[in-house]
Amino acid sequence: MSNSAAQIWALALRSVMRTARQPASAIPPLLFPVMLMAVNAAGLDSSTKLPGFPTDSFLAFALAVPFIQGALFSTMNAGTDLARDIQTGFLNRLSLTSMRGWALIAGQLGGIVVLGLVQALFYIVVGLAVGVDFASGVLGILTLLVFAVLVSLSFGAFGLYLALRTGSGEAIQGLFPLLFVFLFLSSMNAPRNLMEIDWFRAIATANPVSYLIEAVRSLIITGWDGKALALGFLLTLAIGLGAILLASAALSERLART
Amino acid sequence: MRIWPVASGVAWRTLKNVFTNPSILFPSLAFPLFFFTAFAGGLSQVARVPGFDFEPGYTSFQFCFVLVQSAAFGGVFTGFGIARDFESGFARRLLLAAPNRTGIVLGYALSAIVRWAFTATVLTVVALIAGLNVFGGPFDVFGLYLLALLVNVCGLLWACGVAMRLRTMQAGPLMQMPVFLTLFFAPVYVPLGLLTGWIEALATVNPITYVLEAVRSMLAGDEAHVALAFGLVLGMMVLFAAWSVRGLRKAEAAG
Repeated sequence: MSNSAAQIWALALRSVMRTARQPASAIPPLLFPVMLMAVNAAGLDSSTKLPGFPTDSFLAFALAVPFIQGALFSTMNAGTDLARDIQTGFLNRLSLTSMRGWALIAGQLGGIVVLGLVQALFYIVVGLAVGVDFASGVLGILTLLVFAVLVSLSFGAFGLYLALRTGSGEAIQGLFPLLFVFLFLSSMNAPRNLMEIDWFRAIATANPVSYLIEAVRSLIITGWDGKALALGFLLTLAIGLGAILLASAALSERLART
Repeated sequence: MRIWPVASGVAWRTLKNVFTNPSILFPSLAFPLFFFTAFAGGLSQVARVPGFDFEPGYTSFQFCFVLVQSAAFGGVFTGFGIARDFESGFARRLLLAAPNRTGIVLGYALSAIVRWAFTATVLTVVALIAGLNVFGGPFDVFGLYLLALLVNVCGLLWACGVAMRLRTMQAGPLMQMPVFLTLFFAPVYVPLGLLTGWIEALATVNPITYVLEAVRSMLAGDEAHVALAFGLVLGMMVLFAAWSVRGLRKAEAAG
């Protein structure tokens, strides 16, 4: 194993173990989105009677949301873990070693990728258990897994950037409501074409989270929708790339190598 | 022994902390506004669902939910402050210094009321700008705010009981999750009559359902379940008051 690969592996393993050892970090991302989905699906089931609603099952419509909401938790987890490393001095000690900056970022994201995969599998199993029929079939489910991991990775990288900028776990927790705003001001509860309030539709249309939800939703209720998938994947990659670049720049500022 | 000096002292200190610290004030103010924006804006088409017959409109329908939610969470957020006071050691010094310790709970309750009054004022102004329709008379309006205020006290007494038993900020999820679930197992998006399945069964036995229905009916000027809602909330207040006072005794015993 090359030196860089060994560094990434060691940090990734540490990240995975740390996530697995903290039920408070691993369980809420699984349960909370599913609970919110169940409540919303039950409360808004009558929405499916609206003319033009794309499915007769609000549960199928709402199943896309946990995938993105779970990824928001990835942002918090990645950020909080790295912030703790900064606060405890672990990052400073690492800076005395030959650890490369990009290896640190890749390694830290290891736990988030694993958690993202577990989350996505959990949501798919829940969906299948409650009778949701995935319109895109088995291949669609595999695509959904890849997409969910990418979203977790991108949001996780953004969490790393926030941690490196603020250096405080409390500040990261304080940003959680702000990230939640992106979720609620999106097409999570209604298709954009059915939104009646113009300003809300404009915000949802400008909000990238709408397109991530719609990409997942297309695989569940539509089948293969090239436009929705392309928009979803491209935006996820753009967010991820941007976040990694920002995190790298913030890391170089924070690591005072001698 | 006089209770007021202790209660007013605790309330004054808590309110000073809240209103001079944006990181404490902002979430309790921003959350209701944000939910109001997301629900009233993003779900307005729900008003066209067959059977939805709330005359003042969907914005007003959601205002009632957010008002009750802000009241309940206003109490819970004050509970976070109690837990923080225990973590920092302040609450223990307070227990030593207070001649009447029940005044401590009363002081926190007073601060929760003032804090929520501020949130409710901002929320109402924003809702009026966004198209809130009030069809009820002055007596109805007074009634709906009074009912929400009692919910606020219930939220505080619940959170206070948890905070005094666990005495750590890590009790935060335990304070807010039951409140969050109770609120969302009520008819949040559509009236009770339009709910079906398990949520209908849960909502029917959920006391918050009748609080919401009463608040909405008073806003619409067509009162329903008002006496039941007041009775339920007063009953909860008695229960949670006993819960918080027992919590205080446990905190005293813990030293």
